[in-house]
Amino acid sequence: MLEVRDLSVSFRTEQGLVRAVDRVSFRVAPQEIVGIVGESGSGKTVSLMSMVGLINDPNAVIEGSILYKGRELIGLPQRELRRVRGQEIAVIFQDPMTALTPVYTIGWQIAEQIREHERISARGARGRAVELVRAVGIPHPEQAVDRYPHQLSGGMRQRAVIAMALSCNPSLLIADEPTTALDVTVQAQILALLKRLRGEFQSSILLVTHDLGVVAETADRVMVMYAGRIVEKATTRELFTDPWHPYSWGLHDSIPPLEGPRPRRLRSIPGSPPSLLNLPRGCAFQTRCRFRFAKCVERPELFGAEGAHRAACFLPPESRSVLRAGIGQDLKDAS
Amino acid sequence: MLTAILRRLGQMAFVMLGISILVFLIFFATPGSDPASRIAGRNASPQTLEAVRQSFGLDQPLPVQYAIMMKRLFVTQDITSFVNRGYRVIPAVMQAAPITLSLVLGAAILWVIGGVLIGLIAAATRGSLLDKGLMVVGLIGISMPVYWLGEVMNLITQSRLHDTWLFSWVPTLGYKSFSVDPWLWFKTMVIPWFTVAVLYAGLYGRVLRASLVESLQEDYIRTARAKGLSERRVLLRHALRTSLITFVTLFGLDFGALVGGGALLTEVVFGLQGIGKLTFDALQNLDLPVIMANVMYASFFVVAANALVDMAYVVLDPRVRSER
Repeated sequence: MLEVRDLSVSFRTEQGLVRAVDRVSFRVAPQEIVGIVGESGSGKTVSLMSMVGLINDPNAVIEGSILYKGRELIGLPQRELRRVRGQEIAVIFQDPMTALTPVYTIGWQIAEQIREHERISARGARGRAVELVRAVGIPHPEQAVDRYPHQLSGGMRQRAVIAMALSCNPSLLIADEPTTALDVTVQAQILALLKRLRGEFQSSILLVTHDLGVVAETADRVMVMYAGRIVEKATTRELFTDPWHPYSWGLHDSIPPLEGPRPRRLRSIPGSPPSLLNLPRGCAFQTRCRFRFAKCVERPELFGAEGAHRAACFLPPESRSVLRAGIGQDLKDAS
Repeated sequence: MLTAILRRLGQMAFVMLGISILVFLIFFATPGSDPASRIAGRNASPQTLEAVRQSFGLDQPLPVQYAIMMKRLFVTQDITSFVNRGYRVIPAVMQAAPITLSLVLGAAILWVIGGVLIGLIAAATRGSLLDKGLMVVGLIGISMPVYWLGEVMNLITQSRLHDTWLFSWVPTLGYKSFSVDPWLWFKTMVIPWFTVAVLYAGLYGRVLRASLVESLQEDYIRTARAKGLSERRVLLRHALRTSLITFVTLFGLDFGALVGGGALLTEVVFGLQGIGKLTFDALQNLDLPVIMANVMYASFFVVAANALVDMAYVVLDPRVRSER
């Protein structure tokens, strides 16, 4: 349904061209939940925003191809892109506290979106808003639609944002860190809601997060991004049982295990992400990778077959599990 | 709602009481001030001074004098000038007030429309030449002194170009009553309105642009764009609404001050005998009753304008509304 090919987003700055997203390709099938994982600044949000034309920076250069239901979105004039945005592809933003206009009721804001895309009376739109608010589980929907955002809690606001995103039955929902600003119990509720709504509204979901737990909970497939590039693509199961890329190992090791003995310390990835202004030649992760070898100065492409488990790393597949097991051993020896 | 209005009125009375006492004390109780000697004139004999004191009631204790003045100002409304004996103050204020109000109201309509247009267009085209041009025009408007601009307008419309088709419609200087001839009133006021509005439209345009540009960075603007709304709707319905709060605050302050006599320079330039001119003349003669009446009138409008601003907040921003 959605096919992104070689998407690159660069920004012209005084220090030169900064490539925030570097030749990213992926597909999203109908009703699939695809997770994009990576740390801040890895280009997750920028790549999504470029898909719906929400990058307003005049210094941004977007290249590549984004096919949505066979239609090219890149280069589409704003007028036509507006019709896609909100109706076909809807976005849920990170912080529900600031994502709603403070001076209008949530019902008004939902109805505004419906009436932008459909010919429907004000009364009809309001009725739809009530139904949507009910569907996302906000109690007393008839009264809730007349509430202002500041009168709702963070979790309720995020539900309202989701209701608004779903208002035109979009076939693709882009959720940009939808649970990051919420506390843990509410996070779980919102994730459960998203999973339920995927079935009800038959939408695909592109879920951006830095939280592996969120991905494990919801996504069918995962892409790991590092410094603007996709370094690993796998099903959620594969990523958690058998990650291939050393960066994924690092991410994996930085969350406490649920079973087994508790490690004295969690292993973190040494160093910090490279500046996008002077990325190392070749693999972007090489400066932080303990398995770096001569070949890493060449840029690794994603190895593996299209649609299967793929990683952008030169390490020979057969030695991966051995090397990975070695990390834990080193640390034990040191302590 | 009713309690809110009552609270407002109470506040207004309190402010006016404070201001009246302050003005009264400045006049009577500052060192070296002797109203009697000022009224009697230079080198007056002690007998004359005594006679003046008695005649104006200045020999009574200050609180009594204050009470009498307030009574004659608000209750009997027959307070008279210290300088021109027998000159009734209240009718003078009542005559001057409509002139100032006509001037400021008309100008306010012009500058609000002008300021909103400048701000919106500049914010919508931010970074472009049009934006920069509008900001420069606004700055020029702010920088031109109102008396200078007024005189230039007079020079053009009353003298240099008065006999051309362009400005032959402009009547002579001086206020024309609205009740006598509304059309003539309108024609008289157009040039003064424009003169005052040029200054404020520039200022308000720049302020509105700044707060719009700030609003446009907000997350909810990105949400509005993601909803597929047109850029115009995003600007008008989502960014403008939240930006108006600064605008309205500024408007309340400026409007109150102008109605209260701040339009003096414009009034003088265009020969309009308004509140500003009246206060100015009274201050030159240190004519306390007239000053007092004008100050009371001005403080009424300042407080009233602020009350209106607070009501506008409630309409504009639901977060201000108290939750019960």
